[in-house]
Amino acid sequence: MEILAFGDTGWGDELFYATLMTIAVSITAMFIGFLFALIFTPLKLSKNKFLNFIANSYTTIIRGVPELLVIYLFFFGGTGAVMFVASIFGYNEYIEINAFITGAFAIGIISGAYSTEVFRGAIQSIDKGQFEAANVLGLNKFRKFFKIILPQTLRLAIPNLSNVWQITLKDTSLISVTGLVEIMRQSYIAAGSTRDPLFFYSFAAVLYLLLTFVSMKLINRLEVRYSRGY
Amino acid sequence: MDLELMINSFPKLLSAAAITLKLLSVSLIIGLFIGLFFAILRINKNKLISKLAYGYSYVFRGTPLLVQIFIIYFGLGQIEYLRSTILWVILKEPYWCAIIAFALNTGAYTSEILRSAFQTIKPGIIEAGKSLGISNKVIFFKIQIPIAIRQSLPAYGNEIILMMKGTSLASTVTIMDLTGVAKYIISTTFKPIEVFIVAGGIYLLMTFIIHNVIKFLEKKYSY
Repeated sequence: MEILAFGDTGWGDELFYATLMTIAVSITAMFIGFLFALIFTPLKLSKNKFLNFIANSYTTIIRGVPELLVIYLFFFGGTGAVMFVASIFGYNEYIEINAFITGAFAIGIISGAYSTEVFRGAIQSIDKGQFEAANVLGLNKFRKFFKIILPQTLRLAIPNLSNVWQITLKDTSLISVTGLVEIMRQSYIAAGSTRDPLFFYSFAAVLYLLLTFVSMKLINRLEVRYSRGY
Repeated sequence: MDLELMINSFPKLLSAAAITLKLLSVSLIIGLFIGLFFAILRINKNKLISKLAYGYSYVFRGTPLLVQIFIIYFGLGQIEYLRSTILWVILKEPYWCAIIAFALNTGAYTSEILRSAFQTIKPGIIEAGKSLGISNKVIFFKIQIPIAIRQSLPAYGNEIILMMKGTSLASTVTIMDLTGVAKYIISTTFKPIEVFIVAGGIYLLMTFIIHNVIKFLEKKYSY
């Protein structure tokens, strides 16, 4: 247990902060994913063929290409892309984007593709009568969406979103290749300096299990909350 | 856009895709047996056995594949005893370590898919078999397993695609699979977009083929 002590002698505090980092990246990525879903779900449901094509390309490409490849694209290409955009606005200095933003963005785009599919499925399975009833009541588009459609969508989407959350949480381990110090990277550092990879990687596995276990418990409570009345 | 780089890197990436497919097919075959084994344990009436099988699938589904590969590749080599056994011949090869990790991982998911397939078989079908005087063993192999396979095809198709993407992690333990070669080309030429388009295109093509083969099988075995 000495090896896990907090302070200078052990790796306890380092691993604790690394766990917080994993949680922070996962939540940020999930949030970015929701933003993507907010854009692409309407495109998927739109009657316009071209908009459909854009949204379908996004979800198909992201879900058909390995996460690691997407991360490499962002890791090696992110700086270049940002500098290119900056140069249009006349800024030509070197810009370094930090690993947190690159990682959260890469995982967020992946997570967004899965979230888009979940929201599409949930909205499509809402009874047509609900839309019609809202129209008949004369609700405007805004209220129709936020008061009628969204609450029902959430109820249907939460079980599947919890899967997306699990995927996102586990995908964050891949950001370790970019050098962001989350659970996996910290274990790699600790394993290297103590020459005890078996212990540290197993401990990392326990930390991930703990995170998935606790988040499942929390999501289950959300699920109960949103299915009140059913 | 550097078209020349894209054309030049295509053959290299294509031959790396062969390694990806090899990793995928070997781990899927081993994983299918592991999955079937644990699915049978899961539906066992003995609580302890079924709990053990659940524990296996919970641990492998609840942790990232990267951790699993690292434990097997970097971790197991640390155990002195293992180094002296015949197992070391296998465990010192990154290729086999990756396959063991992939097989155990896909085995966990496959066991869940097969378990739910077994559990959705209507009891009437098994009872019909019994009333015809067919032995339990024959009922299991000739009735339950074929129905379970048909039931689990769509979910298993997804699992194959997820596993194909998972094989990209082999590149983290020095295997030059499609992602490994892509990363190498990116880091030597600093042309991430071009390489991503070619490598991503090859992955998409493989996804597309797997997807359609599964769809064809589903149609063939539908009833």
